[in-house]
Amino acid sequence: MAQEQSYYVPEQSKWPIIATVGLGLTLYGVASIMVNAKQGESTTLSWLMFFAGALVMAYMLFGWFGSVIREGRAGLYSDQMDRSFRWGMSWFIFSEVMFFAAFFGALFYVRVFAVPWLGGEGDKATANMLWEGFQASWPLVNNPDPEAYPGPKEIIGPWGLPLINTILLVSSSFTITVAHHALKAGNRQKLKLWLGATILLGLAFLVLQAEEYMHAYQDLDLTLSSGIYGSTFFMLTGFHGAHVTLGTIMLIVMFFRVQKGHFTEDSHFGFEASSWYWHFVDVVWLCLFVFVYII
Amino acid sequence: MSAVADTHSQEHHHGPASGITRWLFTTNHKDIGTMYLIFSFAMFLLGGSMAMVIRAELFQPGLQIVQPEFFNQMTTMHGLIMVFGAVMPAFVGLANWMLPLMIGAPDMALPRMNNWSFWLLPCAFLILVSTLFMQGGAPNFGWTFYAPLSTTYGPPSTTFFIFAIHIMGISSIMGAINVIATILNLRAPGMTLMKMPLFVWTWLITAFLLIAVMPVLAGVVTMMLMDIHFGTSFFDASGGGDPVLFQHVFWFFGHPEVYIMILPAFGAISHIVSAFSRKPLFGYASMVYAVGAIALLSFVVWAHHMFTVGVPLTGQLFFMYATMLIAVPTGVKVFNWVTTMFRGSLTFETPMLFAVAFIILFTIGGFSGLMLAIAPADFQYHDTYFVVAHFHYVLVPGAIFGIFAAAYFWLPKWTGHMYDETLGKTHFWLSFVGMNLAFFPMHFLGLAGMPRRIPDYALQFADFNMVSSIGAFMFGATQILFLFIVVKCVRGGEKAPAKPWEGAEGLEWTVPSPAPYHTFATPPEVK
Repeated sequence: MAQEQSYYVPEQSKWPIIATVGLGLTLYGVASIMVNAKQGESTTLSWLMFFAGALVMAYMLFGWFGSVIREGRAGLYSDQMDRSFRWGMSWFIFSEVMFFAAFFGALFYVRVFAVPWLGGEGDKATANMLWEGFQASWPLVNNPDPEAYPGPKEIIGPWGLPLINTILLVSSSFTITVAHHALKAGNRQKLKLWLGATILLGLAFLVLQAEEYMHAYQDLDLTLSSGIYGSTFFMLTGFHGAHVTLGTIMLIVMFFRVQKGHFTEDSHFGFEASSWYWHFVDVVWLCLFVFVYII
Repeated sequence: MSAVADTHSQEHHHGPASGITRWLFTTNHKDIGTMYLIFSFAMFLLGGSMAMVIRAELFQPGLQIVQPEFFNQMTTMHGLIMVFGAVMPAFVGLANWMLPLMIGAPDMALPRMNNWSFWLLPCAFLILVSTLFMQGGAPNFGWTFYAPLSTTYGPPSTTFFIFAIHIMGISSIMGAINVIATILNLRAPGMTLMKMPLFVWTWLITAFLLIAVMPVLAGVVTMMLMDIHFGTSFFDASGGGDPVLFQHVFWFFGHPEVYIMILPAFGAISHIVSAFSRKPLFGYASMVYAVGAIALLSFVVWAHHMFTVGVPLTGQLFFMYATMLIAVPTGVKVFNWVTTMFRGSLTFETPMLFAVAFIILFTIGGFSGLMLAIAPADFQYHDTYFVVAHFHYVLVPGAIFGIFAAAYFWLPKWTGHMYDETLGKTHFWLSFVGMNLAFFPMHFLGLAGMPRRIPDYALQFADFNMVSSIGAFMFGATQILFLFIVVKCVRGGEKAPAKPWEGAEGLEWTVPSPAPYHTFATPPEVK
């Protein structure tokens, strides 16, 4: 091995500007869809813009990550470069933690302050003047103004589907760890098996969450507009589900890379990064399970 | 790229490519730094033009120039553009140019992502500025976009504003990740953390703040989006939510944000004061700990923006004491800068003029901040021009003068030429006088009871408003001079040596001026 490999700096790259165009089109498209829909105007052009942007993003993701994978496999990345990637992924996951922290913070504020105050606690006058007879409780099923925000008929208890989902995700954290050990030991068959199991568990989670959402919307009248309970419930579980989806896609990509013969016992950061992300998604679910479903 | 492992490919560095593709496809921290700086100055002029509209309307009582609805768009967009388009990108530009040079690194840790962070900004601001031309007009609810004014009563363009903020946030978070990875991982051997230059320290801590709070901004803006389009009730009490929830989440982002906008200036000022005093910075360790303390405290003071909104007394007391506490490490820094100058061999070239003005005028802004921190007193000052005076003193002679000081200090390194010193001093004095004329009277206006964000005012406020507007026009016009100075410097001027400032220290002064396209391909040894 050569001494002190120099730090790789790519000369030029078209991916950043392509990514900008893609992200810009996608988000401008989404904004247009929402605004036009709200005003009762046609959303066709907006949807086209959104799909165009999404296609550009997909092209960019393949291209950019493809470049990084090729450069890595060509031996261009020193240990120092590897450390940059590790720092990068760790801090990215931290930023995602803070994103969820905002929503957990909102949930905390609503449950500890806003709703009790509306119910008259602390003798803050407004609540009793505006909505007499409002009783504070959690989960909040009867909103202060039930005409504006009809409450849900029922809420989702923790010990049915959510418990199954918890078991699925916790197991999947276990399976991916086994897969990682198999990779480090050079056992490709075992790696494929346990990585595949992780993906299946993730997909099962998503299917069950979708079912839970349908059940909530159709049978329980628990929707985004059911008041603050519905708002916080769907925001937290919804963004979590989106992150599980992202994580599952990452794992599927890793699976295809394993099939192609990528990764060695010592060098497999892509796998590790995806695994970290997966563990993060699992931890967020555990917090959700406790603070949204149980307590 | 060849698939063959070829470490020699590193040594065959070409110069920069030519044409527009150089700038679109670059991965070079100097190119990207330059783009950030140009973009930020363009945004500064744009946001400044909006300030000129505001001050033109407020020049005299009555409604002469614009309608109130448009005035509100101007105040909102002025704030958004200055905060997110001028100040923050300028500091990122300075970081991009100087951090690798200061730590002896060949480039930023993740150079392609670096370029993406930059190009997302023109994209985001295209969307934001385009809202001015949409039906219903641009966002008109103040740069702090409180709900429900921004949710229930906002124009249709609010949705585009929200996504523009998302794009800016993605840019900032990726940029901050890049800064942290660069500083923690790419320092030259021998440069321990406590040997890092102050600008590097302040950016390390700023980057941490960015990663921690930009996602919270994304969260609050998403909750807004949900309330507007999907019938949620985060900020609607009739569904069990609370408008004050908005303020809590927003200011949890907002307060660290203002430290994000000043800490890099603190770092640059430390370099400049030391260089022009020809003395090492006094109290290096305490300067580092002070920045850390400020950053940590910045997370627990947010509700001092909310004293009048109905926060319980215990909460108000806590936030008041915590806010007053931040004055301590900040004071440490001010004392250390002054002590650095004491018995120094002082000269007052343009960077030093801006730096000394920074120290004095930022401190004045700090004093008005201390007054605002006192919760019972704040009941009088809140939402008056006293607040406007405070934050313009910490942002204009604070952040902006810090950026000017840094620009003049490092222009020789970037361009290879000395800027015109006479013009630089002229820019300083006109900015200094203009800025003080513009903002000092606002203290009195606020104490006398003039509210913020109004296009017309009671007659007793007329005289100070006129003075303020004159100062603002003077300040605004002077910035055209700065544009001229920079362009002139880029195009030519006295050749600058590697170290044009005799008192300056650091790795960045060991490379030629202008700095070669690729520097520190091999890291230097730091004793």
